[in-house]
Amino acid sequence: MKIGLYPGCSLTGSSREYYESVMAISKALDIEIVELPDWNCCGATAAHNLNKELSLSLPARNLAIAEREKLDTIVVPCAACYSRLSVTQHELHENPELKSRVAEILEMEYHGTSKIINVIQFFEQFATEKIKEKQTKPLGFKVACYYGCLLVRPPKILNFDRPEDPQSMEKIMKSVGAEPIEWNYKTECCGAAMSVAKTEIVGRLSGDIVEDAAERGADAIIVACPMCHSNLDMRRPEIEKYKGKKLPIPVLYLSQAVGLSVGLEKKELGILRHFVKVDLPEKKVEVKEIKENKAEIIVT
Amino acid sequence: MSAHSHQVEKNNLISLIKKDTGVNIHKCYQCGKCSAGCPVALDEMEYPPSMIMRLLQTEDAENEEAVKKSYAIWVCLTCEMCYTRCPMEIDIPTVMDYVRQVSIKEGKTNPKAKSIISSHQAFLDSIKRTGRLHELGFVMGYKLKTFEMMKDATLAPTMMKKGKLHIFAEKIKDKAHINNIFKKTEKK
Repeated sequence: MKIGLYPGCSLTGSSREYYESVMAISKALDIEIVELPDWNCCGATAAHNLNKELSLSLPARNLAIAEREKLDTIVVPCAACYSRLSVTQHELHENPELKSRVAEILEMEYHGTSKIINVIQFFEQFATEKIKEKQTKPLGFKVACYYGCLLVRPPKILNFDRPEDPQSMEKIMKSVGAEPIEWNYKTECCGAAMSVAKTEIVGRLSGDIVEDAAERGADAIIVACPMCHSNLDMRRPEIEKYKGKKLPIPVLYLSQAVGLSVGLEKKELGILRHFVKVDLPEKKVEVKEIKENKAEIIVT
Repeated sequence: MSAHSHQVEKNNLISLIKKDTGVNIHKCYQCGKCSAGCPVALDEMEYPPSMIMRLLQTEDAENEEAVKKSYAIWVCLTCEMCYTRCPMEIDIPTVMDYVRQVSIKEGKTNPKAKSIISSHQAFLDSIKRTGRLHELGFVMGYKLKTFEMMKDATLAPTMMKKGKLHIFAEKIKDKAHINNIFKKTEKK
């Protein structure tokens, strides 16, 4: 089965390591993914803040392309794009008048039949068994799984995992031999699109997230969103300035963490592109056995 | 005024929001859960989300002006926490989007929000040109709008070294289509 891929703009630039790691892990697990031809920007925060019709038309063009290409399932690694595509599909489904208006703007056929999934669902639905089979290097360290906003909210539209204390990423991380920690900030906002205009807000909000993860003993923060990653990683100087201390905890994409567990190299997963150096402890926690997607872990 | 005529079309903001988005702000009973969970209510907003709901409920022209002219509507991160936790399931982020667009249309944007609005506009300018966001073009466009020329000057060299910054924009093939979408959705 071919799965469509909507990368979104961040994955072609500031978060290209997310793209590289999704491609590398898909190849390693023999999952065929095909990039949507001639996809366009989803409009992100800017479009829905300023122009509602535009904010629905831009994502709808991509959904119409997926339908035309007969790609029934599209994986959207960027949580913000995932949200915009899902919200568009939902709104156009609920409002037939708006749906015909958008079809008129696009001059394309749009039915709204695509199945839109995020990267966590991609692993859950297509890779659970394969990860188990191919695992050569169980991770053996502690992780703080960070979801941010748009993977789980609003639950009425996304209908994915629990909005307050989601567990799907923890389940995947356990299956690759990591130990997820309990912490307070897994669905708090990192400051998102304010990165350029109000960097100080990002420093403060992301600072609280990074500090809590570090204080509770995580060796790495795991994310599934390029906005979250760039705010927690590239904005580390602002974070450290706000907190008044060094916080060297690295931030990995879920696809990179899974990639490491099946023996892929740091370089092919794009891990060397991060601003915060990725130094991971070897065998800090010992993985006794991995069965039925559940690892028994002993902290040494 | 009878209870019935109260329901009849009115031109105040709360009625327009109900008509255009379906969101019923009258359901808000001021529990304050949205404001408690909002990551920017305490430090950034002059009116937290629950107060914006209340200001709109009064149907008072002055209060509506205060909302349209507020900084709060622009500093809202659309993190969706308020909507997720609201016991009455009021879609506050949709209200925020709506009020932002009214505020722009009527020329009532808060001066403090200039950098935020400029960044959204620079973002849209970039995708209008090429169909995809060109990050460098976006930041340069933002600097030209705000004159914050030194903003993030130290970030670019490291991004470049890490292969994260493209000098040239990635263009989609059917640029004409994107142009057409912009043309049809931009308000006259």
